[in-house]
Formats: sequence, structure tokens, C-alpha cells
Amino acid sequence: MLAYLIRRLIAAAVMLVVIIVVVFGIFFLIPKWAGIDPAANFVGKQADPAAIEAVRQKLGLAEPIHSQVWEFFKGIFAGRTYVGGGDVTNCAAPCFGYSFRTEQEIFPVLMDRFPVTLALALGAALLWLLLGVSAGVLSALKRGSIWDRGAMVIALGGVSLPIYFTGMVAAAIFIYGLGWIDGQFVPLEESFTGWLGGLILPWITLAFLYAAMYARITRATMLEVLGEDYIRTARAKGLAEKTVIGKHAMRSAMTPVLTMLGMDIGALIGGAILTETTFNLPGLGQAVLQAIRTQDLPVILGVVLITSIAVIVANLVVDVLYSAIDPRVRLA
Amino acid sequence: MTAPLHEPTAEAAPSAAVEAAAASSGTKAVQGRSLGRIAWERLKRDKLALFGGVVVVLLVLVAVFAPLITSLVGQDPDLRHEELIDPLFGTPVGSLGGVSGDHWFGVEPVSGRDIFARIVHGARVSLLVGFASALVAVVLGTVLGILAGFFGGWVDALISRVMDGLLAFPQLLFTIALVSVMPNDLLGLSGSGVRVFVMILVIGFFGWPYVGRVVRGQTLSMREREYVEAARSLGAGRLYILFKELLPNLVAPIIVYTTMMIPTNILTEAALSFLGVGVKPPTSSWGQMLSSAISYYQSDPMYMVVPGLAIFITVLAFNLFGDGVRDALDPKGSR
Repeated sequence: MLAYLIRRLIAAAVMLVVIIVVVFGIFFLIPKWAGIDPAANFVGKQADPAAIEAVRQKLGLAEPIHSQVWEFFKGIFAGRTYVGGGDVTNCAAPCFGYSFRTEQEIFPVLMDRFPVTLALALGAALLWLLLGVSAGVLSALKRGSIWDRGAMVIALGGVSLPIYFTGMVAAAIFIYGLGWIDGQFVPLEESFTGWLGGLILPWITLAFLYAAMYARITRATMLEVLGEDYIRTARAKGLAEKTVIGKHAMRSAMTPVLTMLGMDIGALIGGAILTETTFNLPGLGQAVLQAIRTQDLPVILGVVLITSIAVIVANLVVDVLYSAIDPRVRLA
Repeated sequence: MTAPLHEPTAEAAPSAAVEAAAASSGTKAVQGRSLGRIAWERLKRDKLALFGGVVVVLLVLVAVFAPLITSLVGQDPDLRHEELIDPLFGTPVGSLGGVSGDHWFGVEPVSGRDIFARIVHGARVSLLVGFASALVAVVLGTVLGILAGFFGGWVDALISRVMDGLLAFPQLLFTIALVSVMPNDLLGLSGSGVRVFVMILVIGFFGWPYVGRVVRGQTLSMREREYVEAARSLGAGRLYILFKELLPNLVAPIIVYTTMMIPTNILTEAALSFLGVGVKPPTSSWGQMLSSAISYYQSDPMYMVVPGLAIFITVLAFNLFGDGVRDALDPKGSR
């Protein structure tokens, strides 16, 4: 178990390094190849050459790409000092650098936004897991019934709807039409009910989309598992149907669902870009979209790093959970 | 499953006929139906899937003949009708976002461009990106999946790690990032052409591991089968086995994955255009229309509903058809 964890952590670290290098590649090499100067981009359109040169020196943009990547990594663990044009800027560890646009230090900005995205992702995940898995299991058990058909039609509709469309329709109805909720995001520290009011629609619309996917997957795997020999054996032993379904079938049917859950939560924590844009939630997704539009590389790097860590951690947790749920899986 | 897979020769025929059948076995008496035929017969019975298929065909026709359709209707996707816009609010005059005999789906706020014409033209981008990126993913996934499954060893290890890595990548983020840094002119294309080209490549690139994993798994289990061994013992080369023995048996899962991938890709294209990194104006796309509708959905909800429904109907039709194809090609399926 310990050896397994260590191996996974090493693989995760390698993955992170690869991701960072790829992001650097995308934002340094492609503009370079296209003839766009990141330093000029930072200063602004009508900057004088001296100012551009000063920025280039200070941010180390003239250095070769490998040393820029190295400086970035060092900054995360040891902090970083920018020297240039007579002024010195200290950035304490974990230093993700400074935004090209707002000149704010990135790590605190991202930490401000992180709770919003985390609350959105976890709240929605709880909802969709309850809804999707129970609908899928019921459909599989009552295969061919009205309930099964109805649930699967709704689920098929659900996976065919883009979230920004359902989100807009929901907002048009509940915020502007009926006026039930205010729809403005309020931080948890200010008001709990305000916070709930701001998140309830995003949770429901996001959960609806994923619940539809999970219901389809759960139904399919459940049907497959119910056809296996060990279920027949369990029934032949005279076990109660409740035990057969709850203890024997559910355990292995949940494995693919868990895999998806790990990937989905991980990806959402890194920024539910579409949901946050639709509902104007000040989370990581909105931050990264803004940063991509303005080619604010340090912010993009920061969010990508957080996303990748979230995906990797979520997958690791899921893999460890497998062995607890499915007796056929043993970690080695 | 109501129709048997093979004609019940031995049981139905009298013993004399059995000998005759045995003598000419494989020629006439046992007439096996091909997988394609069985699948087609099953698909024909699946009304929902057929309906989805018909809608898909119609959509493809709309996309291909978009300029013809709009000119027959007498509309131009780029022509502004500012006389139809309320100068105070910027919203269309008349009910339901300016729906009229001329403008079937109404007109856009502010510019007054015809929504029907823009929807019809938007189908081109959606379907082109949806199909072409699925093709990229399927070609890459099939080739690399077969290589990994067939050769094993370090080839398999390398390809499998790359697939795991890509699946764990924050894909939407990378797609947005890549599309947004692309220069305006590339390989003789410009503006929206570059965006479409890049979207096809990037969406396809992130899609291939899904196909690759399935193909690899199938190849792994098939390369140990007797028929492959038989071919090898007859002196067949590796390439012959790969393309003549293995590939035909992989066609079913590949078709299933392709049909399932197209709607997802259409949604991704719409999402990218919604986020402002898809095609550039004046080229119209459904996602882009929804993104501009976000500013008007309190005053002009029709502008949001039309492109939203266009995406929904398209994706739903592909999903219905895809589900039907999957059920028809699945030997375990019992419908």
C-alpha cells in the first residue's frame, strides 16, 4: 500500500512537471513562432522600447525557456526575487509570480477564488451523485418499465443540453421571471443564506448535466453486473435481494462511477469555466478565462497547476477507494 | 434479440440433408449474415435511433446547402436590419424577438441580423468541427491503439502512459489556451478558418485516448485468438495480420465510439465559441450566438432559445442515433 502510494506520487509529480512545461511551451513558443513579444504584450500596445526591455529583464523573459521554467519551479518552493530597473520585488513562497495585467501577486488572488469553485464543485457533486446513481440503479432494476424509459429519456436530454443554455434558461425563469432568488454570489463569511442563494442554481444546473451522465453509466454497468455469475451465486445462496443488490452488485457497479467522479470533481475544482461564466461566479474558472483572453501567462500557469493537482489528488483518492469498495481490486 | 444469428441448419434438416450440408459447408447451407447486416436489421427496428438518424441527415444537408437555403428564403446572415430594432433598448421590435414572415426565428438585438440565416450557417461550423475532429480522434486512436495492443512491451507502455496522461489533462483549459494563442494567419488560412482548423486538431487530439483505450483492449484480447494464430502459422506477416485480420474485427467498437464522440465534439465546439475562442465574427456559430445572448436574455429571451435549441436538437439526434448504433452492434445487446 505504502509502496503503491509512493509510486503514484512520483508519477503525479512527473505529470505536473510535464503539464507545466507544456503550458510554458504553449504560451512562450507559439507566440514567439508567431512573432508576438510577451514583454511588449505585458507593457501594453504603445510602450516605448526601454520600458519593454526593462520588463523583459525583470521578469527574465529574455532567458532561455528552460531557465524560465526552472525559475518558476524554484519560486513555488523557495520564493523569488525580481530585480530590475533599480527596484526589487520580493515574492514569498509559494510564489506563482505576478499577473502581467493587474500586477498583483497571483497566489493570494487564486486562494481568494478557490473556495468559490470548491463549493460549486463539491455541492454539485453531492447532488448529482445522489440523483444520478439512484436513478441509474432504479432504472436497471426495473428495466423496461415506464420509470426506466422516463428516466433514460430525461437523462438523454440532459446529456444533450449545454450547461450554459440550461443555466441561462434557469436564470431567466428563477432569477428574472419569478424573482425567487437574487442570483448574486455572496461569500460564505458574509451571509450563509446569501451564499446558498448564489450557489443553488449553479449547483442544480451543473448537477442536472452530470446526474444525466451518471444515471446512464450506472444503469449500463449495473445491468452488466447483474448478469454476472457471482450475482446468480449470491441469489442461489438464498441471500435477500437487498443484500444481493446493495452489497454484491453495487460494489462492483460503483467502480466506473467512482473513476468518473474522480476525474469530474478534479476537473471542476480547476475551474468550472462554463458554469462560472454563465452565472458570473468569481471562481478559478472565470479567472483563467480572463487570463487566457488577455494572455496573462502567470495566472494561467497558476490555475493549470491547481487544476492538475486537483485532478491528480482526486484520481489518487479514487484509486485508494477502489480497494475499499471492490473486493476484486488489490493495490500493489 | 429475436432473430437468430445463424440459420438453424442441423436441427431443422433431416439427416440426409445434414450430410449434404456438411459436404458443402460454408458455401450455401450455412449462410451466416455479416455483422453489418445484423446490425442494420436491429437498427431498423429501433424507431428512436432511426428518427435520430433522419434528423442527422437533414442537419448535414442543411449545413452543406446553407448558402442555397438562405438565398432561397431571401435572407443573408450578415445583412443588418437596423430598422427592426428599438433604438431605445436595442431589442427587436415586435413579439418573440421580432418573429415575422420574413424573419422566421426573429432578428438579433442591436444589429438586426436574421437569426434563421445565422442558425443555418452556424450548422456548418458545428457539424464540420464535430465530424472532422471525430475523424482525427478515430484515426489516431485506432492506429496507436492497435500498435499498443499488438506489439506490447515498451510500445504499449509508452502509448498507454501518454493516453493516461492526456485523460488526466485539464482538457477544456488546454483547448482554450491553444486556440487563443494561435496566430491569425496559418498555412494559408485566416481568421475563422484558422480557428476551425485548430479546433478540429485540438478536439481530435484530446479525443483519441478514448478510442485508443478501447482499441488497445480489443486488440490485446484478439491477438491471442486462434484465427490470428492460424493466420500466423500460414505465414502471414505482421502487417497482414494487423490490417486484414484484426482491423475488421475492430470496426464495430470504432463505429460506436465515433458516433458517440461526434455530439461531444459539437458541444465542445459550441462551448469554445461561447467562451469567445471559437470562430470569429462575422462567421456565425451557435455557441457564439448564445454567448452574445447572455447580455439580452432578460429583455429578449428568444435570442437565447433559438441557438440553444439548435444545439440541443443536434446533439440529441446524434445521441439517439449513437445509442441505437451501439445497441445494434453490441452482440450482448438484447433489444
